[in-house]
Amino acid sequence: MATVPKVDVGTDYKEKYGFFVPEDYVFKAKRGLNPDIVNEISWMKKEPEWMTKMRLRSLEIFRKKPMPTWGADLSVIDFENIFYYLKASNKQSTSWEDLPPDIKKTYDRLGVPEAERKFLAGVSAQYESEVVYHSLQKELTAKGVIFTDTDSALRDHPDLFKEYFGTVIPPADNKFSALNTAVWSGGSFIYVPKGVRVEIPLQAYFRINAENMGQFERTLIICDEGSFVHYIEGCTAPIYTTDSLHSAVVEIIVKKDARCRYTTIQNWSTNVFNLVTKRAMAYADATMEWVDGNLGSQITMKYPSVYLMEPGAKGDVLSVAFAGKGQHQDAGGKMIHVAPNTTSTITSKSISKAGGRTSYRVHIKMYPDAKNSKSFVKCDALLLDDESRSDTYPYNDVDAENVTLGHEATVSKVSDEQLFYLMSRGITRSEAETMIVNGFIEPFTKELPLEYAVELNRLIQLEMEGSVG
Amino acid sequence: MADFEIRDLRASVEGKEILKGVTLAINKGEVHAVMGPNGSGKSTLSHTLMGHPGYTVDGGEVIFKGQNVLTLEPDERARLGMFLALQYPVVVPGISMTNFLRTALNAKRGYDGKDKTKQVSPKEFRSLLKGELEVLHMDDSFLPRYINDGFSGGEKKRAEILQMAILKPEIAILDETDSGLDIDSIKFVADAVNRMRGPELGVLIITHYTRVLQFIKPDFVHVLVDGKFVLSGGPEVADRLEKTGYSEWAEADEPAVLKPEEVA
Ligand SMILES: Nc1ncnc2c1ncn2[C@@H]1O[C@H](COP(=O)(O)OP(=O)(O)O)[C@@H](O)[C@H]1O
Ligand SMILES: [Mg+2]
Repeated sequence: MATVPKVDVGTDYKEKYGFFVPEDYVFKAKRGLNPDIVNEISWMKKEPEWMTKMRLRSLEIFRKKPMPTWGADLSVIDFENIFYYLKASNKQSTSWEDLPPDIKKTYDRLGVPEAERKFLAGVSAQYESEVVYHSLQKELTAKGVIFTDTDSALRDHPDLFKEYFGTVIPPADNKFSALNTAVWSGGSFIYVPKGVRVEIPLQAYFRINAENMGQFERTLIICDEGSFVHYIEGCTAPIYTTDSLHSAVVEIIVKKDARCRYTTIQNWSTNVFNLVTKRAMAYADATMEWVDGNLGSQITMKYPSVYLMEPGAKGDVLSVAFAGKGQHQDAGGKMIHVAPNTTSTITSKSISKAGGRTSYRVHIKMYPDAKNSKSFVKCDALLLDDESRSDTYPYNDVDAENVTLGHEATVSKVSDEQLFYLMSRGITRSEAETMIVNGFIEPFTKELPLEYAVELNRLIQLEMEGSVG
Repeated sequence: MADFEIRDLRASVEGKEILKGVTLAINKGEVHAVMGPNGSGKSTLSHTLMGHPGYTVDGGEVIFKGQNVLTLEPDERARLGMFLALQYPVVVPGISMTNFLRTALNAKRGYDGKDKTKQVSPKEFRSLLKGELEVLHMDDSFLPRYINDGFSGGEKKRAEILQMAILKPEIAILDETDSGLDIDSIKFVADAVNRMRGPELGVLIITHYTRVLQFIKPDFVHVLVDGKFVLSGGPEVADRLEKTGYSEWAEADEPAVLKPEEVA
């Protein structure tokens, strides 16, 4: 793999990621959650009636469903103390120049225009709860690719939207998918027509910037037959004083012979609850790849899944989790083999430090029809000290014959021999530890575009120095 | 007072006393060979000198540049000018040799991520690497590989010497760098070490067999048996070992020359 250049980070982190921009909202919702607020959100967005009804129905489901208790401790979330909708500006921006100055400054610091110059096909940057900036290169439009924010998609592509929205993850799937469906706002919508390959990754930058503000973005990606797209979402959050909830839903449909890769690097500030439902349906000979990096947040619960619906479908999850002091990364992956000759791999790398906790939940389900299917799961945990903790919860449910199931799990510590070796070359202990940790997650990093790989290595370095959170 | 002085060094591993008072003075410009049978404490000596956490110092001191290095962390010793080529180099997955070498060189030069003037420039680094790779008969293809990962025995040892050539220590300890190498590899390694010899470098070359000393001629030879030096002298000591092995001191008759079948 290409060597990732070493970057100086110690000094500019706050400058680059931890800044605040004065809040200047056109509309600010009240705290709390009730049918009036949901109605108001839908009305503000001028949504069709079916969506308003779906939101209200989802709110009911959310109310009825009990809080999940099998994973991380979520009892501290106070749903009445959260803003469910914020809007940073009234109108959608069509070009960089039109962006409100505050927002522009935010993205300038994040380097969005530069990234765009380098390899972006389009930028969809979410500021607060709604996408305000969106651009798409002409060639993509010419190919019929739709890459827009989800609110605009509902307005501009109503039929396509209605056909797929909520079909992969129905509101009743779990408490948080119900919540998201009730109050969703923003997110990305991508449609790639038959046979179209989008060679440059499409990416969105997400930020949250108001206290007690929830982010409920909703992403829907449809890869039509034989198409390809790589979508990248990355986020870094400023430091808050009170808790914040992020609960997204990502639905992906990968049709026959298509391939979709969804890359995430999340670095929420350490007071954020990050409860995300991500699921894809993969059809005949289609491939779905989740590349998922979780740093930051107080609690993350996220288990990207792939439903392997037709023969030859393939699903991959490659993930990294880093849990520092007071953090719990409860991650994992689910592979649901419905059809014969389907394959899945789940590769997880987790790092726990300073009492941080990582859990890894893997669920492999093989239905009776899933003959000749294969699944391989590998979980490697690295513990940086004795207070930290890592657990794996494998759960296999196999009703099919002639299948192959592999599972490998390792838990290790940074080895004294490796540390000594690097230090004997003059490298300080902390730098040597950082190198070893970055080396440990390298199988993940090498799958990222260079810029993200560099950023991830920088974030690891910051985490190792304890200068984050 | 010599440039590097080991004074009555005692060390143990897991409660077992291994080094029982080793004293040795090395000046820059000199090459000292330490020879001894298996288990005599040679690697314990090399690791203790470099500060491996698994070895406990029970007494003595090691004076280099006016301070007792035994109180320093391994990285501090390295930056002070010490280097250890390990007998068994360690595999570190996920880190390329290039990244490793560059990071080590920057560390050696005192670059802490801030003062860019201390950072090695890409151009300098490339030309430095190119020259040293040639001497060691290595090609670039090993640079993107992970540290020692999947390296053959010979590649590992050559990679150690490459690190030494890049870091330019003042005191270098080579722990059985010759073991497991075929004759060509020994020659490449010896060429590289001989090129570095000079008034700015003191070498402690640890070996089981006399063979490597035909290529790297020592100024002094010391025989380590059961954690103590039993004989010290000039190159003639190696000749004597060649004839009699370690049997004079050790109970088992350990040869100090390779058996014919061990010569690759
Ligand atoms: N990690 C260890 N644990 C226990 N004993 C050790 C360890 N390392 C070395 N020893 C013991 O210390 C003695 C000296 O070993 P070493 O210094 O490696 O010898 P040499 O390098 O001369 O072959 C041997 O008896 C060996 O068994
Ligand atoms: Mg040894």
